[in-house]
Parts: sequence; structure tokens; C-alpha cells
Amino acid sequence: MKLEGKVWLFGDNVDTDAIIPARYLVTTDPLELARHCLEDLDANFARQVRPGDLVVAGKNFGCGSSREHAPLALKGAGVGCIIAVSFARIFYRNAVNIGLPILECPAELPAQLSPGERLQVDLDQGRIIRLAGGSEVKASPLPPFMQEILKHGGLIEYVQARLQNDGLL
Amino acid sequence: MPGQTMVEKILARGAGKEKVRPGDLVNVKVDLVLGNDVTAPVAIKEFARLGLERVFDPARVVLVPDHFTPNRDIPSAEQALALRRFASRYGIVHYYEVGRMGIEHALLPEQGLVLPGQIIIGADSHTCTYGALGAFATGVGSTDLAAAMALGELWFKVPPTLRFVYNGKMPKWVGGKDLILYTIGAIGVEGARYQAMEFCGPAIEALPMDGRLTMANMAIEAGGKCGYIQPDRITFEYLEGRAKSSYEAVYSDSDAVYAETYTFDVSSLEPQVAFPPSPENVHPVSKARGIRIDQVVIGSCTNGRLEDLRIAAALLKGRKVNPRVRLLVIPATQAIYRQALAEGLLEIFIDAEAAVSTPTCGPCLGGHMGILAGGEVALATTNRNFTGRMGHRDSQVYLCGPAVAAASAVAGEIIHPEEVA
Repeated sequence: MKLEGKVWLFGDNVDTDAIIPARYLVTTDPLELARHCLEDLDANFARQVRPGDLVVAGKNFGCGSSREHAPLALKGAGVGCIIAVSFARIFYRNAVNIGLPILECPAELPAQLSPGERLQVDLDQGRIIRLAGGSEVKASPLPPFMQEILKHGGLIEYVQARLQNDGLL
Repeated sequence: MPGQTMVEKILARGAGKEKVRPGDLVNVKVDLVLGNDVTAPVAIKEFARLGLERVFDPARVVLVPDHFTPNRDIPSAEQALALRRFASRYGIVHYYEVGRMGIEHALLPEQGLVLPGQIIIGADSHTCTYGALGAFATGVGSTDLAAAMALGELWFKVPPTLRFVYNGKMPKWVGGKDLILYTIGAIGVEGARYQAMEFCGPAIEALPMDGRLTMANMAIEAGGKCGYIQPDRITFEYLEGRAKSSYEAVYSDSDAVYAETYTFDVSSLEPQVAFPPSPENVHPVSKARGIRIDQVVIGSCTNGRLEDLRIAAALLKGRKVNPRVRLLVIPATQAIYRQALAEGLLEIFIDAEAAVSTPTCGPCLGGHMGILAGGEVALATTNRNFTGRMGHRDSQVYLCGPAVAAASAVAGEIIHPEEVA
């Protein structure tokens, strides 16, 4: 899977309360959640983010609560892929499970990027190309098992396929 | 072949394998799956897409409406209703209505649903609490909850295990919360990311179950997949007359392999305080002395248990909350509430001019009951102090144990309990 989009830069330890504050956890609608996505960190994000944009962050992205509303809000906002130095594990699972692409990148990448610059991302190969200048960065692709879930569109689709396979659906 | 840690053994058993190694991907059968009024509505929506007539086992699904309940507004009432309807339709045995409900991570152990050796997943990050009883328990998201309700199994990557050895005897006013805050301060909020945390040593062996639950509860704040204490006499005493079924305790082998071992001496540890906006900004209480506070919260899945209330009451007895401060005390379950009533603790809180609430997660996540205005400062026995966690983005939260919280509520500023006692 290949993506291309504009960079939104964030720092280390972006927590799920910052991605979507608890006061908005009274809806399960990704578009409604998207209206408040990251609002306490960057008031412009929810208004200005465009489909296919890329969120790039430092280490431990998505730490804190298990709220799946966090990746749902980012997905609802149209974010094409989250690229971070590392992810908190529940966020990592949740993103894959709802079919939101994520990629772990080298520790030095976020500091080299400028907000708004365009990247091309090859999820299968784990490659990131900076369109201005054309330099290429090697990232870690998701393990095949998780790529399989992403290819089905998420865990529910994956489970459906499995249940059908087992004759349970 | 070297030995295995407790978590490796439990996951191996769940996967039907002789042995597993850190990094292995395994599909395991789960003993218990949990959801609440924030996470289950998303799971219910996802579960519906599967079109199944039944959950894998109605006796192994637990639903607790504890976050925005008693219902805060119409949208949260709709979410609680979705939970109630799902529980009724699928015959969920362990659904706890308001009035019987407690904060999930205090409630499930108290009800004897959590047993050593089990594999428990919950769509709540603090599900790791149950490791205090020697279970493998970890937080997941709503879609994982939906899949687990359907299949009764879930995939995991076997985590490497970090070992934390606590030597010495804990001083007065120091408890499980101080040990775990100190630990998070030492290793950072991603110090245990993707890893299991084994807590052991003489100080842990002497730690009562309530303090153990507090420690395992905050493993997630260090990024941990789970935190656990191997079953011992204190575990078995706690389970006596409480365990809902038989169980088999699991222990780490003496030659188990740990990714790292940290050793701490707790003999001269001060009570600890985590400064905003991260649970890793931990300092001894003496460094926080004099910070003025507007609200104190004693409660949550971290510190809303009976032992916490007893410690708070001992300091509040015969004293008044500072006139500038609002003190909220929230017993974590109905049974704790009742026992606090029987022991006269609630009377002490009310006499001290604290507000005592029915069980709810409410203020911890800025949900309801005690939301902060811009510029306000809270001191709380809860687990997270991220920006905006308890309300306005310009409010602040300091984290501590029940002794510092109660003493500071009296002083109107953060203070060592010794100065009030």
C-alpha cells in the first residue's frame, strides 16, 4: 500500500487525552470525534487537516488510555498514516484493528522534517520518501500478521473471514 | 533451556504450547473479557457487524458502566443504555448496574472474578491491575474487545519481562502508590513499553493486597503491557471465600530470563508526588511542599479501596478540609462504601467537610463530578496527570497516595502527612 500526504509534526509522548479529550467520549462517530482531534495540542489541526495528511511524531505516540476513539478520531480526520519513532502498545493494536496505517520510523526523522512537507510512504516495504529532494528513509514495516489485518480493512473484517472459513457465519 | 517467567507460562498455557519466548506471536484463549460505558459502545457496534447470535461465553464477559455514571448527560445515558441492552440481549452474567456497580478494577477482584493464572483482557488501559493477583491482564481497545467477545481468544506478542526488586521496609506514610510512582519516575513513561513488569522483594511480600493492586494498576503509566506480583499467602488469604472458581497459581522459574532487573531500597523512601503533565515527573513530597491546591480527589481504580480510605480518615479525623479546598472522596465500590460506613470513615469525611460520592471514575478522566476550571490545581490519588486530564487544558493535576492527599486537603497545599498527623 502506497500513500502520499502532507506532514503534521508532533513531539514525544502524545497521549490519548491529547488526541481526543475524555469529554468527547460520548459518541462513537469518527467524523464527530475528528472535529476535536488533537485540539488541546494544536487548535488548527482539526480544521485544517486534509484527507491523506500524515501525522509524524516522536516516541510513545498514543500513550495513556485504551480509548479506540483516539485512532478513530485520526481516521475520521482523514489521516492517511501515523509515522512515529515508537507507539504505545494499545494505540498500536487499536490503529491496526481499525485499519489505520501506522509506521515506526528512525529516531532522527521527525527533527529533520518540516511541517507541511510532502512524503510518500510505502507501507509494505516500510519506505518513506521526502518528495522535496527525493531522499529516502527506511522505516520498520508492520509484521506480516498485522499487514494481513490491515489488508482486510481491520480486525472485524479479518475475524469475519475467519468465522466464514470455520463455517460459523 | 532456561526457565520462564510467570507471564510466559500463562501465555504458553493459553496458547496450548509447552513454552513460549518473548517476541512469539500467540493466539490465546481468554478467561475474562471486560468493557465499560466508554469502550463497550464502540465494541458493541463492531460486534454487531459480525452478525453473531451469541458471545463466546456469557459468563466470561463483564460489563461495568462506571466512567460517566450515574449518567452525566443524554449522550452518556445513551451509551449506558447500549451497554444495558447488550447485556440483556446476550445474557451477560456479570453486568453491574448503578447501585451495584463499582469502578471496574476495584470491583472485579473484590467479586472474586480475578484469579491467579488467568488471562484477562479489558477495553480499559488499567486492566493491568489484575496482575496483583498473579493473572496476566492487559488493556486493549474496543475492536479487540469485540473480537474477543466473538471468539474467546485474542493474539498477543509475548512480552519480555522486567524485574523490579524492592528491598527494605517501607517507612510510615509510604504505600504501594509511592513505590509505583517512584518506579515510573525512575524508568519513565515508556520505560516498560511492550514489556511485562514483575514486582517482587521483601517490601512487596509485606505489601497488603490493596497496595499491590495500586502498583499493578499503574504499570500502564510506564508503558507496560502488564504488571504482576506472584501469588503468595496474602493473595490466597484475599481469595479465601471470594474466588468464584478454582484456580492454579503460576510462578516464574528461578532461572527465568529477565530483560532487565531493577533493584530499589525503600527504607528511606519519602511519599512521592508526580508533577504535571506526566506521571514520570516524580519528586519526593518535600520538593512539592507549599504548592497550593484547589481540589483534592481521593478515589479511582488506583486508590479508592478500603485501605486508602482508612489512611485518609486517620489523617482527617477531627480536622477540617482547608476552606480554599474542595475534597472529593469516592469509595471505589458499593462494598467498600458500605464497609467505610460501618467503620465510621464516611462520618469522618463528612465531618471534615468532604464531598463523598457514589462509585464512579468521573473526575479522574475529567468525565464528570469534579471537573477543573482553567488555572485550577488538583492533587489526586488517580493515575494520570496529562494536560487537560481532569478538565480545562489550563488546569493541572498532581498525583500522590491517599496520605499526602488527605494531609494536603487539610493544609490547603501539598504537605508531608507527618506535618499534619
